[in-house]
Amino acid sequence: MPKVTIDGVTIEVDEGTTIMNAARKVGGEIVPPAMCYYSKLDKSGGKCRTCLVEVTKGSDKDPRPMPKLVASCSTPIMDGMEVSNKTSQKVLDARKGVVEFLLINHPLDCPVCDQAGECDLQNLSYEHGTEGTRFEEKKRVFDKIDIGPFIQLHMTRCIMCYRCVYTADQITNERVHGVLKRGDASEIGTYIEKAIDNDFSGNVIDVCPVGALTDKTFRFKSRVWFLNPMDAHRNCDKCSGKAVVWMFGEEIYRVTGRKDQYAEVEEFICNTCRFETKDLAKWTIEGPRHISRESVISQGHYEMQPLKIENNNEETK
Amino acid sequence: MLSNRSIKVSNKKMTFWERIYLPAIIGGMFVTFKHIFKKKATIKYPEQKRPVSDVYRGKHILKRDENGAERCTACGLCAVACPAEAISMIASERKMGEENLYREEKYASVYEINMLRCIFCGLCEEACPKEAIFLTTELVPPFLERQDFIYGKDRLVEQVDKRVDVSKRKLKHTV
Repeated sequence: MPKVTIDGVTIEVDEGTTIMNAARKVGGEIVPPAMCYYSKLDKSGGKCRTCLVEVTKGSDKDPRPMPKLVASCSTPIMDGMEVSNKTSQKVLDARKGVVEFLLINHPLDCPVCDQAGECDLQNLSYEHGTEGTRFEEKKRVFDKIDIGPFIQLHMTRCIMCYRCVYTADQITNERVHGVLKRGDASEIGTYIEKAIDNDFSGNVIDVCPVGALTDKTFRFKSRVWFLNPMDAHRNCDKCSGKAVVWMFGEEIYRVTGRKDQYAEVEEFICNTCRFETKDLAKWTIEGPRHISRESVISQGHYEMQPLKIENNNEETK
Repeated sequence: MLSNRSIKVSNKKMTFWERIYLPAIIGGMFVTFKHIFKKKATIKYPEQKRPVSDVYRGKHILKRDENGAERCTACGLCAVACPAEAISMIASERKMGEENLYREEKYASVYEINMLRCIFCGLCEEACPKEAIFLTTELVPPFLERQDFIYGKDRLVEQVDKRVDVSKRKLKHTV
């Protein structure tokens, strides 16, 4: 099996694995951030350029470094390849530039946006971006499109990652979702109104790294950090029924898929679970969802199981 | 006795002048009389008030913008920054025709500060991304009922005809 060294960590991976997936096998700090790549979606990746890494040694056969930074999500590894991610200043500088470009047309409406607190772009710019902006021109605007009662589309917030397009292509049976126009003017559209009829169309909300596609049934209801995410399941004839319910007291405010450490859902859930099952009696609560300590959602969120008190008193046993 | 630090009480017998107490009383009266001519340390509070700092942290205010629209967009950052968990809010979506009332498409339909919980630390005004909440030099008055200390939007939002100047408390580094 080919060997690859990422930030000084050597790992053996299968032939044809991308640098991104090799890094994810190691895990931790060396994993490049990704805005468009989604391991559950075929052909995703290569759009956002946030996962750029420097290949300092091409392979054992040809040890020359690659002339430019490469997108780690779509570059397969070679035997003996050496990659620097966090250790390369070039990569960090490039990423700073990429974040600036992503934010050029992204509105500064985090206080209004429902995605705030669990937004990949927020995390990315917090970690890799700059504090100020140099962009003085007008940001792009779009006509508002109403795409049905469940999903809210904010085209201004879109970063063109194509994740929702691939979701609609691959999870649903027919092609109902796509990108119109090009460059600055490109927008998610076409038959998006028709995608709503599909049972799994709600997953475009979970795959969206920003707040371009959000849950209309949760719109402006609360902020994610005031809610308690709980693992829950129910018997569903369409999907696995495994989801996260976001609770405020005894009330379910919204339902999402279970996201892993790379903010990718483990299993796609159906629209019935997501939008129409907000009655606590219909769910079996498994326990609190694990939330990273760095996340704002972890404030006021307790994951400790109730303590079991052992009774050593023989008389009351 | 163990610590060797105890002091023995002296039960010295008082002299005649000490026993009639008069010299001591007159001495005390003289000190009191002297203070009549000195500058008073106190003020008559409700009528007179001491000057407070420009950035005194008193009762909160929810600012309006230059057009009179409420600046608060119910983002919840003040509530999450609040160490005393005194702030709570419910957001609503702005409807057509309310653009002159609310600045953003989302606004706080309910915004409550529990003044009994509040410790007036000013973290809410520091957290606010919209320059909506500020603390003022005004004090929160006492009430007889606990319920009265929960300030809703009726008492927090700035009145259109009675603007409060907060220019001195704005952070210098904000853009």
